[in-house]
Amino acid sequence: MGSLSLRNVHKSFGSVEVLTDINLEVEEGEFVIFVGPSGCGKSTLLRIIAGLEDASSGDVLIGDSRVNTLPPSDRGIAMVFQTYALYPHLTVRKNMSLGLKQAKKSPEYIEERVGIAADMLELTPYLDRRPAELSGGQRQRVAIGRAIVRNPKLFLFDEPLSNLDAALRVNTRLEIANLHRELQSTIVYVTHDQVEAMTLADKIVVLQAGRVEQVGSPMDLYNDPDNLFVAGFIGSPAMNFLDAKLFDLPAEVKTIGLRPESISLADTGKITGKVSHLEHLGADTNVYVKVREHLITVRIPGQTDYEIGSTVQLDFKPDDLFRFDKDDKRVR
Amino acid sequence: MNKVKHNPLNLAFAHVALITYTIIALFPVIVILINSFKTRKAIFRDPLSLPNSDSFTMVGYETVFKQGDFLQYFQNSMIVTVVSLFFILLFGAMAAFALAEYRFKGNTLMGLYLAIGIMIPIRLGTVAILQIMVAGGLVNTLTALILVYTAQGLPLAIFILAEFMRQVSDDLKDAGRIDGLSEYRIFFVLVLPLVRPAMATVAVFNMIPIWNDLWFPLILAPGEATKTLTLGSQVFIGQFVTDWNAVLSALSMAILPVMILYIIFSKQLIRGITSGAVK
Repeated sequence: MGSLSLRNVHKSFGSVEVLTDINLEVEEGEFVIFVGPSGCGKSTLLRIIAGLEDASSGDVLIGDSRVNTLPPSDRGIAMVFQTYALYPHLTVRKNMSLGLKQAKKSPEYIEERVGIAADMLELTPYLDRRPAELSGGQRQRVAIGRAIVRNPKLFLFDEPLSNLDAALRVNTRLEIANLHRELQSTIVYVTHDQVEAMTLADKIVVLQAGRVEQVGSPMDLYNDPDNLFVAGFIGSPAMNFLDAKLFDLPAEVKTIGLRPESISLADTGKITGKVSHLEHLGADTNVYVKVREHLITVRIPGQTDYEIGSTVQLDFKPDDLFRFDKDDKRVR
Repeated sequence: MNKVKHNPLNLAFAHVALITYTIIALFPVIVILINSFKTRKAIFRDPLSLPNSDSFTMVGYETVFKQGDFLQYFQNSMIVTVVSLFFILLFGAMAAFALAEYRFKGNTLMGLYLAIGIMIPIRLGTVAILQIMVAGGLVNTLTALILVYTAQGLPLAIFILAEFMRQVSDDLKDAGRIDGLSEYRIFFVLVLPLVRPAMATVAVFNMIPIWNDLWFPLILAPGEATKTLTLGSQVFIGQFVTDWNAVLSALSMAILPVMILYIIFSKQLIRGITSGAVK
């Protein structure tokens, strides 16, 4: 038995179906990330797990019990929001302890739990401040602290890093990863950023238009995507897609995919193109090559230079080709 | 904040405009105030001059305190205004929260229905209201006035507050739900403090018409025990003779409580009015 199960979950707003037949098992202690473009239903799914939204049909099980009709506070969950959602008129300490107070825990227990969470997140000096007196990163740590204090069976994170700037995002990402190691807790995390998904997750659930496209470990999804959408979504820069007619391939194959890092520029290659743009990143160089109507991204390790407009040859190993049929399914 | 160098000429113009407006707005109030300290003859001889040793008199105030139970009127006005405001804010905020927060059938229709009251003056229904009050035995009670003023204030209050409540972050309310707060606690503890400026705005907009109203006290509660200040001042205005000293003195005193309430609300009020424009 997993720590969270979703069985045939459907959700529609009026006649618009936003989630279709979602089935998912999450094991104890697993870090699961829902990832997908905006509007794919990932936040709605998280809100259904939290109990903030009712599923139109299907079951949600936390632990071994069906929680469809339980209010959020009785589900044994804690949630961290994108906008932090701290209570503006309460101090950090009161923000973190409100849930326990509401559950009628003893003051000593509350004190202890708040102490532990504050230590873990280095928030002890700020306990008597109000949220307005904290920086964005500190506020997000308070929000995480508020979740830890409740000692939940399940942590829910709703795009917790989206409101932080880039440097802070990396730090907080590490903190969340450490937290997961320390607490060994089950986490469900929603993001639209595939880098976050790749770096944090034990298991990634790729959603598109209310359907689960693929479930698997980050490397599974990278190395063995089931379809064109997953292949294009996972990996950065994104995979290049080309018309299969450029190559001599079986008729069923309609599109081929090539990761930017598996292409090299050589004197003799399989395709010819013109360099149209360069991006120097220091460790890598992204070369954009125009091949007929396609713009192909090539990622070359180290620093190289090409003249814009010069002709180059693209080479790759045949094994690195991903083949997709007319329904965008992978042809293996 | 960024330092924008203000052009001194623009600044001067702005001040001239504002000062002019202030003078125009304050002029009638000042005329009432200074004339309330003058003798009747002086009021008509030179209404704009300040009281001097010759024309100074407290006779108006003396009349006001001697005649009629002025403290009683004062108290009546205060009770009616404060209790009405309390109900307008409480029920208005609750209805606004329901409209802004919950999805239910007819939500938009209900909002429109509640807003119609803004466009239809409640005085059109005076006859029906009087009939209801007579039937309910509420004539000559402060309750009658409180009920009418609450009904009169609710539409605009709901309209304004609902708009502000839609701006309160959903995540915050959801965080409260996950922490196990009831919907009532979410409303009172999380949402109300955040819409305080809007509440102050609604309070001030409703307070002044209620305090100044002559119509409903005259019709629903003209009895001596339930007279409001505005109605009470009318005893000095006769068909043939008007005791101007007393009228002006009564009006001068009537300004005070509203001013005190206004000062209490004003800081919030300015935030309430400007927050939409600046955010």
